Amino acid sequence: MMNTKATIRRFVEDNFMMGSRRSAFADNASFMEHHIIDSTGFLELITFIEEMFHVTVEEDEMLPENLDNLDAINAYLSRKLSTVTA
Amino acid sequence: MTMLLHQHFLDSVARTPDKTALVCGEQRHSYAEVARRAHVLACALQRRGVHRGDRVALFFDNGVEFVAGLYACLSIGAVFMPVNPLTKSDKLAFMLCDARASALLTQDALAGEWQPALQTSGSMHSVFVSDGCDADDARLQPWPGLDGHAPSPEPATIDQDLAAIIYTSGSTGFPKGVMLSHLNMVTAANSVSSYLGLRHDDVILCALPLAFDYGLYQVLMGFKLGATVVLERNFSFPVKVLETMVREHVTVFPGVPTMFASLMTLKSLSQFDLGHLRLITNTAAALSETHIQRLRALFPQATLYSMYGLTECKRVTYLPPEQLDVRPTSVGRGMPNEELWLVDDEGRRLPNGSVGELVIRGSHVMRGYWERPDETAQRLKPGPLPGESVLYSGDLFRTDDEGWLYFVARRDDIIKTRGEKVSPREVENAIQSLPGVHEVAVIGVDDEILGQAIKAFITLEPGVQLTDRDVIRHCLTRLESFMAPKYIEFVDALPKTDTGKIKKTGLARGHTDAERTAA
Repeated sequence: MMNTKATIRRFVEDNFMMGSRRSAFADNASFMEHHIIDSTGFLELITFIEEMFHVTVEEDEMLPENLDNLDAINAYLSRKLSTVTA
Repeated sequence: MTMLLHQHFLDSVARTPDKTALVCGEQRHSYAEVARRAHVLACALQRRGVHRGDRVALFFDNGVEFVAGLYACLSIGAVFMPVNPLTKSDKLAFMLCDARASALLTQDALAGEWQPALQTSGSMHSVFVSDGCDADDARLQPWPGLDGHAPSPEPATIDQDLAAIIYTSGSTGFPKGVMLSHLNMVTAANSVSSYLGLRHDDVILCALPLAFDYGLYQVLMGFKLGATVVLERNFSFPVKVLETMVREHVTVFPGVPTMFASLMTLKSLSQFDLGHLRLITNTAAALSETHIQRLRALFPQATLYSMYGLTECKRVTYLPPEQLDVRPTSVGRGMPNEELWLVDDEGRRLPNGSVGELVIRGSHVMRGYWERPDETAQRLKPGPLPGESVLYSGDLFRTDDEGWLYFVARRDDIIKTRGEKVSPREVENAIQSLPGVHEVAVIGVDDEILGQAIKAFITLEPGVQLTDRDVIRHCLTRLESFMAPKYIEFVDALPKTDTGKIKKTGLARGHTDAERTAA
């Protein structure tokens, strides 16, 4: 099974980075800053994370600190999943 | 004498140089600093040969660079063109060519769009990138530093000169540039800030794009009064915006219905202390009665203004808050220093209680569409005084017995989604260019959150298979994201008129029936 970052990266590349605009982005590159994901896109990303990882992203967790780059999502999901299994 | 848009800003700079003018995330910028940034940029533009009347495009996320850029343009008599940062390269190229823009002020993160657009822009001679760019193009200029520039000579600008060209969707599928003079914009800013009762001690939160005229006016009105404007890049993270509102003691919150809808879904809303909030203003699309009631219940400390406007004259109507309970579905009536009336198909004025096209008279009415005489003639027609033009809105309204206005319908087929105007033709052109698509028809369907959602009906070439996602992804490469369809329906054939044109009325009915069956 792919790791979290690779899974999210694939989703982002497949859904938000089309054709010639497909270029490599760093794990800590801000989606907002680099115009990779816009408002509607973040909602799609949240839905994807919820379905893929069987979690509920609470409204007070819908923050750039948790969702605006691959590293942030990875850290957020690690915290989240460890609480679920604990 | 203060007649020009930027002079109002400079008056505030002189009055309160040290006051915070802009808050952008962690950064705070005083009036003097914004003026300094605008000044060095103005000098740099002048040195590159940007003259009075030349068009300069501003292609930025919300931030101090956009604001400095617009005042830099105005102070040298140039015309600024705000461009939504969601704009893709083809459309940007069209706008730069259409306006024959001389210069572009932009940022590196958008290089993927502006670099290809520059290839076709023959008029463009200077590109300033705020955070630098290492591309190989002789037109690229370093962003000017903050010191060591001689004052630029005062240009001979008068209030009849153009201040801005704002592109708006046209039913032809190509955007058209709304030409606005200094007089137009100063008039609109004066009227709107006077009926809202905006004050110098207000803190205005702007999460609307500055390329959208109501976002832009938050800066123009706020800076005229000497208020503080808090710029948010967007509304992607509503909780983040609420935190900013609490921290900055925000007093004024302008929005569009989709923003209010997402705020109202937050369960934690009551945990945020928004006690300073005194004004909420809504534009771009009407709030439903339910949303009006809920907003007022959630923010009892704030006065709510419902408004209606057009880029062609900025603002048309507002509903005084005390009328919200009396006639909640009304868009209100004219603002100060403006006259409105309804006409029938022959252009005759109609009495109260009628339905007709809304006509607008005032100094805020645009000077026309840039180099589009035919489309201008459809909208600007002779007014009551010799040589005067009044604006035909293209929207149908009714009046009640007392003259209050109620929106009835648009006369063209433009879709209003997420508060943005979308030309079905533009979306159809994008989808048509996808290999395998035979025919396409795009319509707007009712949507509780979006106002209208975009739906595309598509017939495919024989043997071709495409999914919804293929079409949407294709659209996202060519169109601003709000223009991508929410619904795709693949059909065997599209209904046609006797002359072979696609008949859209039947399509809308089909969607409603399907939705009803599903519900």
